[in-house]
Amino acid sequence: MSTMAAARGLLTLAAGQPVDRIPAPHIEYAQLAPTLIVVGAAVLGVLVEAFVPRKSRYYVQVFLAVAALASAFAAVVGLAAGGYGSDKAHIAAMGAVAVDGPALFLQGIILLSAVVAVFTFAERRLDPAAHGNRVDSFAAQAASVPGSESEKAAVKAGFTTTEVFPLALFAVSGMLVFPAANDLLTLFVALEVFSLPLYLLCAVARRQRLMSQEAAVKYFLLGAFSSAFLLFGIALVYGYAGSVSYAAIADVVDGTVTKIDPALADTMGNDAPLLIGGALILMGLLFKVGAVPFHMWTPDVYQGAPTPVTGFMAAATKVAAFGALLRLLYVVLPGLRWDWRPVMWGVAILTMLAGAVIAVTQTDVKRLLAYSSIAHAGFILAGVIATSAEGVKSVLFYLGAYSFVTIGAFAVVTLVRDAGGEATHLSKWAGLGRRSPLTAAVFAVFLLAFAGIPLTSGFAGKFAVFKAAAEGGAGVLVVVGVISSAIAAFFYIRVIVLMFFSEPKADGPTVAVPSPLTMTTIAVGVAVTLVLGVAPQYFLDLAGQASTFVR
Amino acid sequence: MENLIGLLIAAPLLGAAVLLLGGRRLDKAGHWLGTLFAAASFGIGVALFTDMLGRGAEDRTLHEKLYTWIPVEGFQADVAFQLDQLSMTFVLLISGVGTLIHIYSIGYMEHDERRRRFFGYLNLFLAAMLLLVLADNYLLLYVGWEGVGLASYLLIGFWQHKPSAATAAKKAFLVNRVGDMGLSIAIMLLFTTFGTFAFGPVFASVGNATEGKLTAIALMLLLAACGKSAQVPLQSWLGDAMEGPTPVSALIHAATMVTAGVYLIVRSAAVFNGAPDAQLVVTVVGAVTLIFGAIVGCAKDDIKKALAGSTMSQIGYMILAAGLGPVGYVFAIMHLVTHGFFKAGLFLGAGSVMHGMNDEVDMRKYGALRKFMPVTFVTFGLGYLAIIGFPGLSGFFSKDMIIEAAFAKGGTQGWILGGVALLGAGITAFYMTRVMLLTFFGEKRWQPDAQGHEPHPHESPSSMTIPMIILAFGSVFAGAFFEIGERFLKWLEPVTGYEHGNSPVSAMAVTASTMVVLVVGVALAWSMYGRRPVPVVAPRGSLLTRAARRDLYQDDFNHVVLVRGGEHLTRSLVYLDHSLVDGVVNGTAAAVGGASGRLRKLQNGYARSYAVSMFGGTAILVAATLLMRAV
Repeated sequence: MSTMAAARGLLTLAAGQPVDRIPAPHIEYAQLAPTLIVVGAAVLGVLVEAFVPRKSRYYVQVFLAVAALASAFAAVVGLAAGGYGSDKAHIAAMGAVAVDGPALFLQGIILLSAVVAVFTFAERRLDPAAHGNRVDSFAAQAASVPGSESEKAAVKAGFTTTEVFPLALFAVSGMLVFPAANDLLTLFVALEVFSLPLYLLCAVARRQRLMSQEAAVKYFLLGAFSSAFLLFGIALVYGYAGSVSYAAIADVVDGTVTKIDPALADTMGNDAPLLIGGALILMGLLFKVGAVPFHMWTPDVYQGAPTPVTGFMAAATKVAAFGALLRLLYVVLPGLRWDWRPVMWGVAILTMLAGAVIAVTQTDVKRLLAYSSIAHAGFILAGVIATSAEGVKSVLFYLGAYSFVTIGAFAVVTLVRDAGGEATHLSKWAGLGRRSPLTAAVFAVFLLAFAGIPLTSGFAGKFAVFKAAAEGGAGVLVVVGVISSAIAAFFYIRVIVLMFFSEPKADGPTVAVPSPLTMTTIAVGVAVTLVLGVAPQYFLDLAGQASTFVR
Repeated sequence: MENLIGLLIAAPLLGAAVLLLGGRRLDKAGHWLGTLFAAASFGIGVALFTDMLGRGAEDRTLHEKLYTWIPVEGFQADVAFQLDQLSMTFVLLISGVGTLIHIYSIGYMEHDERRRRFFGYLNLFLAAMLLLVLADNYLLLYVGWEGVGLASYLLIGFWQHKPSAATAAKKAFLVNRVGDMGLSIAIMLLFTTFGTFAFGPVFASVGNATEGKLTAIALMLLLAACGKSAQVPLQSWLGDAMEGPTPVSALIHAATMVTAGVYLIVRSAAVFNGAPDAQLVVTVVGAVTLIFGAIVGCAKDDIKKALAGSTMSQIGYMILAAGLGPVGYVFAIMHLVTHGFFKAGLFLGAGSVMHGMNDEVDMRKYGALRKFMPVTFVTFGLGYLAIIGFPGLSGFFSKDMIIEAAFAKGGTQGWILGGVALLGAGITAFYMTRVMLLTFFGEKRWQPDAQGHEPHPHESPSSMTIPMIILAFGSVFAGAFFEIGERFLKWLEPVTGYEHGNSPVSAMAVTASTMVVLVVGVALAWSMYGRRPVPVVAPRGSLLTRAARRDLYQDDFNHVVLVRGGEHLTRSLVYLDHSLVDGVVNGTAAAVGGASGRLRKLQNGYARSYAVSMFGGTAILVAATLLMRAV
């Protein structure tokens, strides 16, 4: 009823006054430059697909993508240096987008991980050349039915799906807006902008195309399902607060709203729409971070998607979604923290334990990493729940550390191949350390980082979130977190044991020699992992400086 | 001058580093380098000593702080040194005797392939021992304490190709661990009681601690002293430690390291003075060991083991004196120094004899060596006279003082302790005379060695005899030098404190009775070993002799009680580990694996069931949120 009344009020207001002109929105283009550059490059990428000859498309697209991401990153750094992360932080684009420390920090991480992810997208030396054409991880022609004549013709013609680059750029643009979104509609639009390209990217694997397409369909269905919940939640919250703006909702939630019109006064007596709506929005975000019980898409999609896409998705999506979750909980709903904290406790505990426990019996390395990512989502949630500046800082640091480990680990997965493409079954990894000591050692570094062993970034990150959680009064979470880490250590170490202490199989996979692109990705991953592990303080301080949300 | 204190330790430490890391190219010069570093340390010690003599008794103590070792709030430990008269005495003894033994070893270890390493270890020992006596806090002392333990282990087992040497090293190490535990517990107690490790603050605030606490600390310190100084009940390792090369026995297991326990007690005098019960235990330990070692010394045919029993017994004297409190501290240290001279001399003499006798150690296969090794005979003989307390020689003065102080304890305790000390003097005279007679007098009882080589006893090279001669001088004159004008007493009194006890027996009477037991002991020994020919194969002997040959069944006791008990304990722990701990661990792992397998089935691949799970999850999320508000 109350929503109806509010809507009627708006209508009469609109009807009563003649509209003479629509005021142009005030947009701070310079402060939104990172997003705008990426969107622009993505649009250009579409044009490239249309107008540039097939032969040179790959090079133009790779150049365009890397250049766009790099300049967007430069723009982020410029903004941060200009003080937009701290004292000049404010809300831009008519209240739609926040430009503040957490947003810039997370955008920086997303852009950097996107750059190294794009390197793996562009890798063309791993698969043997088909009909004299070098091929990447993506289908020759995504639209052709797997196994059909048209597919064979496309392979023979040397087609490649260079659309993946603009798609990735579109996804990145959505991810950039997601943690910065300052109203619920922008949040939703950003979510769809980065989700839709990801669904497509999942579907275009060159090998095992049916699995890839199945993954994409599942991801799409479940993603759409969760979007519906999210949207419904937005509607309920709007109905309660009369606004989609974070600041306005926060004022209503806190009870500090200055002007109470009759409609608002009506709704404020009943918190149920707010609680239900808030829970539904949370659910939408928890789906994206892969928290239990909204995690079930993760292993199937991670396994089916082309491995470079998996790496990109696992890193960047998680960063963006946790950014949005942080902003929602710290800016919009801090007034409700006594309501959402216990629920989030439950989610975090379930996520940590389920992720770690189910991973124990996995036999596919990509699925293993998928469950590992679920467990890590739980660890990060522990930091989120701290509801303190320390918690934000630790989560920011963890996300930075985690994304590079993840992309690096999936990049290593692309290297280990046999006749059928990537050899992801763990039994095939036996004895890898004897055949390719360097590759195995690099993977071992990533696994140790996942397990949170000291001198790797994983330890510093885990220590930071657990410390924040403990200081925030969530000691139980820390205990569960440590137990889960112990369980998780089992399967990480098991892979190391498998690689170094098992006899190699006679028909085992070989390690392909990648181009400098993938090598760069892996090297960056290792370097970040070790630097953040050995000397984390500078980056912790950086995250600390960036931990204040603008309201 | 303070800056030199660090150099005292640095010189031999550098020597150890150079010799042990230098590799084979130093093989030719290693022993000279090692000796040089030891001599340098002694030189610095002498310089510091003359400097100290130039100052008044009150401001003789020097402090040097090198750096803060553990800078934790409320837990401060420095690498800092304290050089006072007590440490100075030890510095001169350690570096002086140490240098002599380095020189001796040049000759003694001449044919050993690993001589460079040997000198490296010796240097390491000197550095650790100097650290032990120079540390100004218990934590740093502990470092030195463990350091000498390590050096002792390495040197006992130096001839590691002999299983007996390796076993002996291990035994020494293990038995010492027990004592070391005592020291570490004592340090922990000291820290919890006083909040600091440093000597000065601890001793200044002893009055604030309860007597119970002080007793506990003192007993733990005594345990440490028992381990390092081979006192009952931790004495069993010293006899086996004679497996090490003889210079090691002389330096570490006679003159210096084994006296570390005495140092520890005298250094902690303030703590012991506040714990009379613990002091009583100290005197008992000293008195028991004094007799114990002497009895063992009587029965051993191995010359080094006989001397080892004697060492044990003499340190018993020192511990006894230290337990007497301010009456005895000075005499404990004085006996320690004179003992350092004559016992080192005796061991070097024994080494010299072995050197000439194809490394034979059984005294029953010696005899009549005085004609073949005159220098050894004379120096050994002077050491012998000194240890039995022949009037005018070192042992006479220092031991007499201890016996007198024991009587001065007063009451029944005084009579018992004094009587034991007096009896010990008699037994000492007996077993030392026995060693002397068996080795240098009587008929030749020489036997060919295992390879059939007949021994051709000859005098040792001068690198070996010169240190023996110098030590013999010390054995003869040190006691008188210390005693005339009470030089040593005045020197040490500012540190240890002194009070003159009231002996129920006059000093003259003590001296007279000492002389009597001495003569009786010597006469008894002469009648048994001088008058009659000595059988080459030891006779079965009385019950006591057989027991003493087996070190009064100390090893058997340890084996039955500790080794067997320990084995049972470990076996039950292993059983517990296998059944209980492993059961829990494996059970947990199985539970996790089982849960994993079951949960995995939820992941069935159908998007519809995933959607159901999401829907159910959302419903729970919403319900839980609402519920939280309701409650």
